[in-house]
Amino acid sequence: MIHFVLLISRQGKVRLTKWYSAYSQKERTKVIRELSGLILTRGPKLCNFVEWRGLRVVYKRYASLYFCMCIDEDDNELEILEIIHHYVEVLDRYFGSVCELDLIYNFHKAYFILDELLIAGELQEPSKRTVARLVAAQDSLVETAKEQTSSITNIIAQAANTASL
Amino acid sequence: MSSSSVVSLIKVKQNPKRKKNTKNALPSPIQNFPRKFHLFYQSPTLKNLPNAKFHQITLNNQTPKSLSLHKSQMSGPSLMDSLFQRTLEDLIKGLRQQLIGEQAFISKALEEIRKEIKSTDLSTKSTALLKLCYLSNLHFHDMSFAAFHALEVLSSPRFSHKKIAYHAISLSFHDSTPVLLLITNHLRKDLTSTNEFEVSLSLQCLSRIANVDLARDLTPEVFTLLSSNKLYVRKRAVAVVLRVFEKYPDSVRVCFKRLVENLENYDPQILSAVVGVFSELACKDPRSYLPLAPEFYKILVDSKSNWISIKVLKIFAKLAPLEPRLANRVVEPICDLMRKTGAKSLLFECVRTVVTSFSEYESAVRLAVEKIREFLVDEDPNLKYLGLHALSIVASKHLWVVSENKEVLIKSLSDPDPNIKIESLRLVMAMVSEHNVAEISKVLVNYALKSDPLFCNEILGSILSTCSRNVYEIIVDFDWYVSLLGEMSRIPHCQMGEEIENQFIDIGLRVKDVRPELVRVARDLLIDPALLGNSFLHRVLSAAAWVSGEYVEFSRNPLEFMEALLQPRTSLLPPSIMAIYIQSAFKVLVFCLHTCFVRGGSTAGVSASASYESFDDLSVENGADSTVAHGQTCTSAPITNESIVNLLKLVELALSPLLGSHDVEVQERARNLLGFVDLIKLEALNSSGQEENDSERKGVEATKIIRLVHDAFSKELGPVSLTAQGKVPVPDGLTLNENLGDLETICGDIELPSSNTFSFGYPSEEKDVSSFSNLQIKEDSGQLNESTSLLAEHRKRHGLYYLPSGKSEVISNDYPPANDPALQGDNNDNASDLVKLTAESLVPKRKPNHSKPRPVVVKLDEVDEKPVAVKQLESRDDSLSGAVRDILFGSEDILPTSSRSNLPNSNRKGKKKQHMITQVESKENVVDDGNSSSRRRKDHSHGKERRHRKKNAEERNETDRKEKESSSNHPRRHKSRQRAEEPLKVPPQTSVIPDFLL
Repeated sequence: MIHFVLLISRQGKVRLTKWYSAYSQKERTKVIRELSGLILTRGPKLCNFVEWRGLRVVYKRYASLYFCMCIDEDDNELEILEIIHHYVEVLDRYFGSVCELDLIYNFHKAYFILDELLIAGELQEPSKRTVARLVAAQDSLVETAKEQTSSITNIIAQAANTASL
Repeated sequence: MSSSSVVSLIKVKQNPKRKKNTKNALPSPIQNFPRKFHLFYQSPTLKNLPNAKFHQITLNNQTPKSLSLHKSQMSGPSLMDSLFQRTLEDLIKGLRQQLIGEQAFISKALEEIRKEIKSTDLSTKSTALLKLCYLSNLHFHDMSFAAFHALEVLSSPRFSHKKIAYHAISLSFHDSTPVLLLITNHLRKDLTSTNEFEVSLSLQCLSRIANVDLARDLTPEVFTLLSSNKLYVRKRAVAVVLRVFEKYPDSVRVCFKRLVENLENYDPQILSAVVGVFSELACKDPRSYLPLAPEFYKILVDSKSNWISIKVLKIFAKLAPLEPRLANRVVEPICDLMRKTGAKSLLFECVRTVVTSFSEYESAVRLAVEKIREFLVDEDPNLKYLGLHALSIVASKHLWVVSENKEVLIKSLSDPDPNIKIESLRLVMAMVSEHNVAEISKVLVNYALKSDPLFCNEILGSILSTCSRNVYEIIVDFDWYVSLLGEMSRIPHCQMGEEIENQFIDIGLRVKDVRPELVRVARDLLIDPALLGNSFLHRVLSAAAWVSGEYVEFSRNPLEFMEALLQPRTSLLPPSIMAIYIQSAFKVLVFCLHTCFVRGGSTAGVSASASYESFDDLSVENGADSTVAHGQTCTSAPITNESIVNLLKLVELALSPLLGSHDVEVQERARNLLGFVDLIKLEALNSSGQEENDSERKGVEATKIIRLVHDAFSKELGPVSLTAQGKVPVPDGLTLNENLGDLETICGDIELPSSNTFSFGYPSEEKDVSSFSNLQIKEDSGQLNESTSLLAEHRKRHGLYYLPSGKSEVISNDYPPANDPALQGDNNDNASDLVKLTAESLVPKRKPNHSKPRPVVVKLDEVDEKPVAVKQLESRDDSLSGAVRDILFGSEDILPTSSRSNLPNSNRKGKKKQHMITQVESKENVVDDGNSSSRRRKDHSHGKERRHRKKNAEERNETDRKEKESSSNHPRRHKSRQRAEEPLKVPPQTSVIPDFLL
């Protein structure tokens, strides 16, 4: 299974972390520090696997972002590479040629998409189109809710309410 | 009134040119408003004002109205907070602009969040929570204070709030979060919601935060979802069920059958999820899932999705070693898959499955090896790495494969990728045997010379560990090995000083024949003043110094040693090693004096060969006579009185400055040596030119002293076993355990250091022990064997202090002193060497290259082996797999076994029928599920079954054992030891299951 997913920029900034196994906050910082030291220093054209604490970290660089997933020793590394690529493609489809800034400003969206893809550390949805559809459906749910709250009349009504109180 | 002014304010502040964000459609102007604002907010002049944004407003408008607005806002925060709250985007932007520094900005933001999160308005609250998530996730700020607020947001009816709340909870909750108890009902509500996305959110959350209570309480809901009509929900429930099982093994009794039913689902996504779950489960305890082999087989053959195939292969990799007939059946489809597939990931999985679990099937292995070779020569470093990895798995059983690919391996030692280099190094080391060790080491040392420091030390380390494995098992020519050690320590990047030091001393102690060569190597190291400057070498030098002192009788020229040990550059050494140098100088000096005075002018060579006497006897005993010649070559410059005088002068010159050393050890030893020199000097000087009788009288005294000291030094040191302490018999009156009885209760609270701090220098073992924290899952509270497991745990951690079980009691009475070489020889060498000798004489051409036989290596029996850590049973897995077994095997026992054996052809049908039965049964479960009484009843019935089966099992045990013995050519690697304790778990089913396949 996948133990965690990390997105780290080339400068070592963390862009996304998702933990499927239990790690305390302290361990998380330590893990990230260790791994960014391990991965960011590796040159291009080397293999995408790193052994780490008896586990294996599969990473792949897309533009300035490193996508890392940590797996068990006997998991299939190539499969994980495919999952990473799959995730990137879904992101790309969702944001329309995704760039790091998209992920910075919509960090929660990146999470929600990842949640559609993986659950409990296992791949859940191998179809890009389905993921896109599911994410869109949930977005529309969110949007309708938001419109309700943020429409101007609503706010005025609310304000009037407080004023009268 | 106030509300209208707010609106007007917004209009004033809004920038008409601002491009609207289309992606993130936030329609109202309010969202845009604060974005503009935080620029003011951050400006340094306003930084210190308590409520800067409102002040800014008043500055712009200068109306008393807005001032009053400000005041009214202070009393009722909810509206203004929600209006002027920074959104997540504002937060991120502010962080990126970093006008006031990241830390300051974050702490300000946190302060705001703390305020906002207490708001009664759920939108405000959820936004605050989202911001907090961001800070916690990417900037690692503690968000545990918001646990309760997250729950509050969770209760919101709005999906968007729920989503944020679930996100926050799965991010921040852990087993000891105090409000964890309160979440159960929220989760239950959402699990039964009609909105599939809500269900999915809560499932996702459950998978992350589940603990025993949550898993137990929500099992019924998850069970219902396992057969949900909505595929989207069902597959998620399937994935989550794994976590529920892990936390609460009893849930297996409820959910397992339905999970198995899902195996026959035709939807690839569900199938993928189920197979994923089983592949995880099978990793932990494969035997329990053998009955499901037919289903998996069907999936393997029919599957069109690579994702599923990979998982199924993983399952078979675990099952096949347990059941040879299953392996027979499966190996062909796997080979087909390997030939057909174009996907590298699937291909690799096939290869790995074959090499791990089907290594007896020659043709399959050949095919896999072919594919591995393709990987190895591929351009893609990933494939190359995986090829090497697969090769290392094959290596354990088919070494020929590795030597077949030798060229590729050697070539990839100079690969740019350090991971590939290390992997190929491991493989090269796997090839090493006593025939080629010299050859390979030579190649590797050459590589070490060329490569970067890191890899160089990797190479040296692996040479050292491989050669020293099992008390230098593969080394035949120790002279060569000792000189290799010397050579390695001269490699510029070498940082393995400590290991080399250990081996120098260890070999010196264990192998008598090699001592002359050892002394020669030590001399070369000591005499080179350049080496003293390299701090990595100091440890090696200390070993060399020790060797020179201890085995000085083998030296050609002891005087040379004295000079080397006392050379001025030794001041570069750290004091601890300095002390060793001085002590060694002491020994050498005593030896020189002894040869000069006591042996009455005889040459050093004679004395050397004289001291050989005992040892020659020994080697003759072992059938080796070549060493005699070897020993006597070390004659050289005779030691005269003159040289002794010079020597004493040299010692005084070199050591007198050290009398003022700050290090106690150095000072002490220097003083000792100088004191000795003072004693001797008189005599040495006298005898050079004064009256005969006077010198004779003094000479007698001095000779006495010399003889005494020499005797003290010439006592042989033997290797001491790691567990020697444990063999010391406990005196009668002493009861060690008396006061330690309640140690467990005291230490129960204290967390013991993890066991890998107690390593004994066996890196391979360390690897096993160092388990990852996430794998250390809490034990079930209701364990019966808790105390015994505690004891076992303690024994594992502090094995050092326990007496070795069994054997030690027998020999404890007459245990030989640790350094008595004769007895040690008796203990083991006689037996083992006899065996070796006979083997050699029987097969004379086995080692044609070695002109001389392997010298004796002193071993201490049962001591040089690794201290065996007592394996602890994993109780959680046991209970989980126990439950699974109850379900699977229990349900099969419903069918009379006789009918099954009578109808081998209708087995498929039988299986189907069985499923029907289980379905019916599981439906019954649904009806009165949830209340624990039904479960208990069920347990009870299982208990009955068990009792009934115990008899059968006992009867069958005998025959089973015989069967196993006869079929011992199939390696059963599974640790059946665990299972042997429980009669239920000696599965007579193994003979039944594969019938489905035949």
